[in-house]
Amino acid sequence: MTVAEVIFYVLAALAIVSSLGVVTVPNVVHAALFLILSLLAVAGFYILLSSEFLALVQVLIYAGAVATILLFGLMLTRGRDELLPSVGAGAQWPVGLLATAVLVAAMGTAVLVSEWPRDAGEVTMISVNTIGGALFRDWLLPFEIASVVLLVALIGAVVIARQEEGEA
Amino acid sequence: MDTAAEQIPLESFLFVSAVIFSLGVYGVLSRRNAVQILMSVELMLNAVAVNFVAFASYTDGTLFRGLIFAVFVIIIAAAEVGLALGIILRVFRTRATANVDEVDQLKW
Repeated sequence: MTVAEVIFYVLAALAIVSSLGVVTVPNVVHAALFLILSLLAVAGFYILLSSEFLALVQVLIYAGAVATILLFGLMLTRGRDELLPSVGAGAQWPVGLLATAVLVAAMGTAVLVSEWPRDAGEVTMISVNTIGGALFRDWLLPFEIASVVLLVALIGAVVIARQEEGEA
Repeated sequence: MDTAAEQIPLESFLFVSAVIFSLGVYGVLSRRNAVQILMSVELMLNAVAVNFVAFASYTDGTLFRGLIFAVFVIIIAAAEVGLALGIILRVFRTRATANVDEVDQLKW
């Protein structure tokens, strides 16, 4: 086994185990911390796939900002829910388990039987310069639309979450 | 220098991403806390982004379109989390619950 393989398997085990933690541990704050671990493992995948820019974005935006917002959301919505079991009494989890098993089986077989193109010899490190150039040259319109979407989402979130007058 | 992509088959990345995505589906279906459902959705989005990046670096080394797609996935995920938490806070303030089973007024 090469070093890259060892790193890959360690990261894969970490990602899968922590994702399992996100969906199974009863304590919601622990689930959020597992989510951070899983996101960091995925950042490791990005480095293995030689796109360090995405790894940085992943750590900053996902494991940093998004996880922090989620933790804030958890702590602001802690009420009597704490006493409820995290898996509902409606018992949807067998359905979820079935759907998960079917999905894993279907996607696993699809991955195994498909012919994937392999010209891995062409893989080059994609530098931040190149990505920046491509974003502002070939992907300018989607980029600008994304910034408008972010702005609208930001304003929308503020408007929705704002406390209105006369509200307790 | 050998890049990792020459030593690890593409299928490995696809398989790990499929497992993470399915775990996210399980979380969305089984969890009842709205914030936990949101976290499971994040897992699914993340698994998809891994697929995009894997395809970009294995089959599209010069244009890396998948990498750009992954950047946009992350942008949309950030916007989605912000908005969804705003809605969850709003629901919590009026209904004092974050349990999605109790918020079913629009259910027909």
